[in-house]
Amino acid sequence: MMNLSKVTDKLADIFIYTIITLASLACLIPFLHVAVLSVSSNQAVISRKVFLWPVGFNLDAYITVFKDPSMIRSLFLTVVITILFTALGMFLTICSAYPLTRKRLKGRHALTVIFLLTMYFSAGIIPDYLLVYNLKLINTIWSLIFPLAFSAYNMIILKSYIENTIPDSLEESAFLDGCSDIGILIKIILPLCKPVLATLCLFYAVGRWNAFQDALYYITKQNLYPLQLKLNMLVNAAQDTQSISQEINITTMLAPEVIKAACIMFATLPIVIVYPFLQKYFVKGIMIGAVKG
Amino acid sequence: MILYTVIEKTNILIFPSSQKGDFTMANVKTRRGILFYLKRDWQLYLLLLFPITAVIIFKYIPLSGLVIAFKDYDVIKGFANSKWIGFDIFKEIFRMKGFYRVLRNTLVLNLLDLIVGFPAPIILAILLNEVKNATFKKISQTILYLPHFISWVIIGGIMYQLLSTRSGMLNSLLNKLGKESIPFLTERYHWVVTYVLVGVWQTMGWGTIIYLAAISGINHEYYEAATVDGAKRLAKIIYITIPCIRPTIVTLLILNLGRIMGSNFERVYSMGNPIVMEFSDVISTFVYNVGLKSYRYNVATAVGMFQSVVGFILVIIADRVAKRIGESGLI
Repeated sequence: MMNLSKVTDKLADIFIYTIITLASLACLIPFLHVAVLSVSSNQAVISRKVFLWPVGFNLDAYITVFKDPSMIRSLFLTVVITILFTALGMFLTICSAYPLTRKRLKGRHALTVIFLLTMYFSAGIIPDYLLVYNLKLINTIWSLIFPLAFSAYNMIILKSYIENTIPDSLEESAFLDGCSDIGILIKIILPLCKPVLATLCLFYAVGRWNAFQDALYYITKQNLYPLQLKLNMLVNAAQDTQSISQEINITTMLAPEVIKAACIMFATLPIVIVYPFLQKYFVKGIMIGAVKG
Repeated sequence: MILYTVIEKTNILIFPSSQKGDFTMANVKTRRGILFYLKRDWQLYLLLLFPITAVIIFKYIPLSGLVIAFKDYDVIKGFANSKWIGFDIFKEIFRMKGFYRVLRNTLVLNLLDLIVGFPAPIILAILLNEVKNATFKKISQTILYLPHFISWVIIGGIMYQLLSTRSGMLNSLLNKLGKESIPFLTERYHWVVTYVLVGVWQTMGWGTIIYLAAISGINHEYYEAATVDGAKRLAKIIYITIPCIRPTIVTLLILNLGRIMGSNFERVYSMGNPIVMEFSDVISTFVYNVGLKSYRYNVATAVGMFQSVVGFILVIIADRVAKRIGESGLI
């Protein structure tokens, strides 16, 4: 009897590990395949010999991409937009979350509702567009920074974190020592919130890095295209060899699949390189909030 | 207000024992004027000024733009001077064939997403929780979270590289095995399946985080008591883990049901193509095409408004239903 249950336990373990391994492979293989395509030779790709191991290894496609000034400009622009957006987003999140945790603040409830309602109501694409248009932000990087900078969802995370992990007595004593509200925020609250602040920074930065919907609406000038939009134009619009080579100004004959793969990797790599290091921080931040009471 | 309680409920779920502490100062019950509070807490109000301004300009002012759904909007004349035409535009929309198509597609795609995609992270989280090897768990989690961090443009590009009939890896493999190519992205019904599965692929790993957090919050004594009673692994999952994370599941289900009228523009836009338009055109892409490409601002605004209003009503209904179920008892 004892033995039988041990056997079933072992079988269950095998089943669980297999499922998770398969799911992980499913998440990994698509990226691996594109990475391999981007460093393989034309002939091998065209004759469909490339699967998960490069055939005829070379870096020509990357050289082509890096030689294209419009690609580098897009990358630089995206980095600038992401940094500005994250900074503004964090500023607004801190400025809204901290005062709303002070129970003595008059109108706290009403103000909270004003922020939270924004999660449920959206005027829609056209009114948003007309606002950006009327503010003369069309075809400026600010159209990608201001409209989405405040996130009620992130505010809730920070607010709950402060309420749940920082004991009131700590602030009370600082208050009695004559510390002002902003002083308490800077000297006590923010240092104690580091993990969750890191998490929120990542939320903002990754969100901005990846988004292209608003860029599609607001940016029509080619030289202001952020990376994702540029990539979208390359991958979606240019299905045939002719236009993709013109788009990226290549003189050498390269298979469009290889160039596309290199462009995809070019936009993915920054995230993939940074992600394993931040991921730990990031999940920890959420977990701390979730487990601690 | 109901929505507000949903949020509060979610918070309680995520942060189980929120303590209600208070400054003693606030408990002094005396009537004072607004000026007193403004003076005492001016720093807090100063901080709030920035986000409030941002929210008013970028979230509330656009709401006034909704009036163009009731106007014969003319860009040159502006909001105020355009002629009121009442519900004419809505009448026009309800006569449009294309509108019913995008409405159907939005609902069908979201419903399929919910049916296939919602249980996936729950199952995965329960399985991950059963993994005892810490290194294996960590590595697989890192990999499983990865697709969440990749933009839809890139996912769309990758999927075309993987699945296209001409040069996709999957079809190359199929051909090698002597099978016909499968038009994953170029035939309507196949496209719908691909669309849904790619959605599951992208969200399942990330979705486990909230369930894993809920599972780790379960009192270990339950499991110990069950072990003493001779309960097996599966029995523990069915009778302890699942009932304990049920509130999290219900809350997330409500939030997801509320989004059934929403549409993920980036996802549809990156995965769709003209061949599968009939099934891939959803409300948000329709609004984009009609509004920003054909400049029919009022029609696009009205369709968007229809979407938000119906979506909002759905959240409220879902919330009521969940409350009723919650009251009538546990599994």
